[in-house]
Amino acid sequence: MTETLTGAQITVRLLERQGIRTLAGIPGGAILPIYDALGQSSLIHHVLARHEQGAGFMAQGMARVSGQPAVCLASSGPGATNLLTAIADAKLDSIPLVAITGQVPKAMIGTDAFQEVDTYGLSIPITKHNFLVSSAEELLEVIPRAFAIAASGRPGPVLIDIPKDVQMQAIEITHWPAPGERQPAPAADAWALSEASGMINAAKRPILYLGGGVVHAGASGLAVELAEKAGLPTVMTLMALGAMPVDHPLSLGMLGMHAARYTNLALDECDLLIAVGARFDDRATGKVAAFCPQARIIHIDIDPAELDKIKTAHIGITADVQEALNRLLPAVASNARSDWRQRVDSLKAEHPFLMPDVDKPLSHFGLIRTVAACLDDDAVIATDVGQHQMWVAQAYPLRRPRQWLTSGGLGTMGFGVPAAIGAALAEPQRTVVCFTGDGSILMNIQELVTAAEEKVNLKIVLMDNATLGLVHQQQTLFYGERLFASQFKASPDFIKVAQGFGIAAVDLDHATNPCAALIEAISRPGPCLIHASIDAEQKVYPMVPPGAANRDMIGA
Amino acid sequence: MNATNHQEHQALSRAVLEIDVNNHAGVMSHVVGLFSRRAYNVDGILCLPLGDSGQSRIWLLVNEDQRLPQMIKQVEKLEDVTGIRRHNADHAVFQNLENFFRV
Repeated sequence: MTETLTGAQITVRLLERQGIRTLAGIPGGAILPIYDALGQSSLIHHVLARHEQGAGFMAQGMARVSGQPAVCLASSGPGATNLLTAIADAKLDSIPLVAITGQVPKAMIGTDAFQEVDTYGLSIPITKHNFLVSSAEELLEVIPRAFAIAASGRPGPVLIDIPKDVQMQAIEITHWPAPGERQPAPAADAWALSEASGMINAAKRPILYLGGGVVHAGASGLAVELAEKAGLPTVMTLMALGAMPVDHPLSLGMLGMHAARYTNLALDECDLLIAVGARFDDRATGKVAAFCPQARIIHIDIDPAELDKIKTAHIGITADVQEALNRLLPAVASNARSDWRQRVDSLKAEHPFLMPDVDKPLSHFGLIRTVAACLDDDAVIATDVGQHQMWVAQAYPLRRPRQWLTSGGLGTMGFGVPAAIGAALAEPQRTVVCFTGDGSILMNIQELVTAAEEKVNLKIVLMDNATLGLVHQQQTLFYGERLFASQFKASPDFIKVAQGFGIAAVDLDHATNPCAALIEAISRPGPCLIHASIDAEQKVYPMVPPGAANRDMIGA
Repeated sequence: MNATNHQEHQALSRAVLEIDVNNHAGVMSHVVGLFSRRAYNVDGILCLPLGDSGQSRIWLLVNEDQRLPQMIKQVEKLEDVTGIRRHNADHAVFQNLENFFRV
């Protein structure tokens, strides 16, 4: 059947056909035709963010919990520039995102028209790919392709810039393209896999090093299976937390700058490092030349450009890590590896991870563990960026892939609240907790009213030390205690702020029984802000000083 | 993409990259941007469409340092790049162009 539809209607129809049911955005002049069409859709629920960056992070939250590409919308000019941080964040953490922006009409491009900005040019370095669409026909190819690109290989953000006249152009449609889907990656090299299994079987002190790619590939279960079969102590990057339950006997938790001492010391002794879906980020490796100095390296990643980028691998395998692990498993010998595991256990005993004051519910670790005690593994845990993020990464018992949403690569303060809203929208049956700090929450505080409007089941745990904690920590430790611009002289009354935005708020500082107040706040459905003051002098420890080797940790 | 001075020229070994791309506005930005945002010097750029094929070919004259293999991998990842080949600096494409580049 032939239909005559506008570019805007085609866009909305193609999004429906992709299975998009929730998206976030903010309208404006140059995207109004798409909004007009979206308003007629009975399938898509539009979430009206209060800042485009919020919309971008809501889409990220949806994508991070589901693994499927999610969509955000913005108008031209400031709408598009406001999206950029969320897009860059998705690029660095390999999150599948499709950002659609309105653009001034084609005839006005290049005239410095009202709200015109070179969105295409601005987004080149922070997207996996981008499009400036020049006709309504082109949308039929571009939109499915954008979804395929976002989801295939190493996932990432794709931007589609659509001029207003293209949105209004009407064309006849007789045939709809198939939705864009994840394309399978080329198979892993059989020789390299057999070399890898030989190296694992021959290793005396191997360590499995899991990155976010394991989560993206849905390969967490296989990674745990490999670790168990071959007796591999396992470290995880910040992005991979949850891939192996942290309380699994083989888990050494997070590696790198804020790892437990025993984790980095075990890496220092390993003779084989099996990197899976990880990219040897500087926060993970510390001084690269001193990272796993005795180890041979097997590196499996879907992105060939990651192999040999930071560390030269003895065996580099370009593959979907799920496929590679599936084929590696039968070739790897069962091995309890008792000597090495005993050595690792003794490192654990000699250099344990300490959580001072964990039994006090209003200490930083105590608060995190008390929240954890109120929840089960179905909960989604999001964070903002800063000290609270590292403490949660260290102390929260993450046990499930896609349970953990955090801005790793870009480290964007302001990520937490909107990403958590997105997670709650995508998986309304779950409780979503966002740990945040007083610095971070103010960077996207406006989305509290979006949380109220959408009535999401979101609990925001605000760890308030009235400082930019990581800056305060670095100035204290490495800048001669010259504290500058890291302490807030004025702080808002966050309880009133939350209530003003229309969400419930609880102040644990004034609760007669903080534990009871916390349990009550978490179990009550809907959005709630839980405020707790914490000690500004607390540091994230242990810590590898910037530029130092991971073995040279300070503190605790 | 700063021009290097004569002495630097002598000191550096160079390579020529031949890159096949889909021909549309923006492809040059994608390719050249990869180099510029890594502060990787590009000394020469030639680009012309390949007949009516919808394809273009970009020739780059670049310094050869230890980052070049990583650069080539990054170029290969671009959606609009269909092929990349590496040649030695004595490749004919940039020769005989001197006449157009006299001060």
